[in-house]
Amino acid sequence: MLSLLALVLRDARLATRAGGGAFLALAFFGAATTLVPLGVGANPRLLSSVAAGIIWVCAALATLLSLDRLFQADYEDGSLELLVIGPLPAEAIAFAKILAHWLTTGLPLTLLAPVVALLFDLPANGYGALMGGLAIGTPAVSAIGAVCASLTFSIRRGGLILPLLVMPLLAPLVIFGAGLVQSAVDGQPNGALPLLAAFSLAAVLLSPFAAAAGLRINLNA
Amino acid sequence: MFGLANPKRFMDASAPVVPWIGSLAAILIAIGCYMALAVVPPERLQGDTVRIMYVHVPAAWVSMSAYGVMALASLVALVNRHPLADIAAREAAPLGALFTALALITGSLWGKPTWGTYWVWDARLTSFLLLLFLYLGYIALWNAIEDEVRAARAAAVLAIVGAVNLPIIVFSVEWWNTLHQGESILRRGGPSIAPVFLWPLFIMAAGYTLLFVTLWILRIRTAIFTRALRIRLSAGAAS
Amino acid sequence: MMHFLEMGGYGAFVWPAYGVTVLGLGGAGLLTLRAYFRAKTMFAKLGDRNPE
Repeated sequence: MLSLLALVLRDARLATRAGGGAFLALAFFGAATTLVPLGVGANPRLLSSVAAGIIWVCAALATLLSLDRLFQADYEDGSLELLVIGPLPAEAIAFAKILAHWLTTGLPLTLLAPVVALLFDLPANGYGALMGGLAIGTPAVSAIGAVCASLTFSIRRGGLILPLLVMPLLAPLVIFGAGLVQSAVDGQPNGALPLLAAFSLAAVLLSPFAAAAGLRINLNA
Repeated sequence: MFGLANPKRFMDASAPVVPWIGSLAAILIAIGCYMALAVVPPERLQGDTVRIMYVHVPAAWVSMSAYGVMALASLVALVNRHPLADIAAREAAPLGALFTALALITGSLWGKPTWGTYWVWDARLTSFLLLLFLYLGYIALWNAIEDEVRAARAAAVLAIVGAVNLPIIVFSVEWWNTLHQGESILRRGGPSIAPVFLWPLFIMAAGYTLLFVTLWILRIRTAIFTRALRIRLSAGAAS
Repeated sequence: MMHFLEMGGYGAFVWPAYGVTVLGLGGAGLLTLRAYFRAKTMFAKLGDRNPE
């Protein structure tokens, strides 16, 4: 248990360093969401109606950015093999990395999202659903992303195909997450919350096992 | 002879079968097309566009089934470590992607007269678009990893993860579609259940399925020949 | 005959749908067969000289 926590802290510290992914995700999120009005026009009603969807998509993309380094950084200097040989089972290693990744990308994104929502003039009653939904859903983005990263980290430019692998799997999250905001804004319950929560919970619980399988496959030289 | 454990049985068993199922597939598809184009009457609401259903729906069925087959073969590959299962999974993917693309294109053409646009983000088409990406990702992963054993096992995990997610993705897309359906889109659930409409559909579906199986077996045989040839040549070069 | 080609005005959709299908399935069939016979002949010529 202690070594699990130690791994989480180590990864989190590495991510928040200069070359780490934490700041990159936030910067990308800000930049991407800024580009959207430049592309679709500044009509407040339009922006307000697409705010939830844009934020969710950009948050998912931003989370993906640092995913390819999730295992690859440790793989390249040999520390991944040491971790797997060590006392922690591969599943725990995967879970620790997923947790650290979420703490340094998903969580900051969730906290930054209301600012972006402000820029998009999201109706006031949508903010809770936006933040709550992101808080529930971004761990799943890290989890599902970790599974795909576990399959590609031994490829030299593995990061290039990572978005292709992850994107279709994120569709339910984007759908339910944005749908949750929609239901809050409209005042109409649409059942998005239990769906989002169930999917996210299942993803977070099951992903470490799949990611561990990927780790074992790619480490057996 | 082939350098692998069991392919001889598969090769011997599949060789005589292929010409038969291939010919049957061609005949069924030909009959199905004739019926769809010349025998089936124009449907009450959709007119002659209903004929497109006969090239769209079978393609969609096969595209979904192919993914299931791919996932099943992947499961066998991971659990059983049977090298034939790896090859079977890998060779199904490009075919599955092809049928998915056909389903999308024909679906778009079917929808244009009714929707007025070439694309509509309805539940079916959107799901199949995501399925196409699942196929492409799977193929990309096979191509990206150099070591073949590693590639096979990684791709197998991906296929299974995709298969588990696929029903959820389809469900979420349907849910999303009902959420955003403003105006009523003509539900192409299917025409009236009159037998005159159904028989050609079954014939085409059977033909498409047999065609998939034929091409799949041929691709597996090709892969086995190629792999055995590579082993043989490298062994010959070494000696 | 004209009705067959026009398909009640929907000919521009029906025929391309069938056309793309024939091209796609036929093309796949041809490519598969070509690759198959190529691999088979190569193996017969070069691969089988030293049977295990």
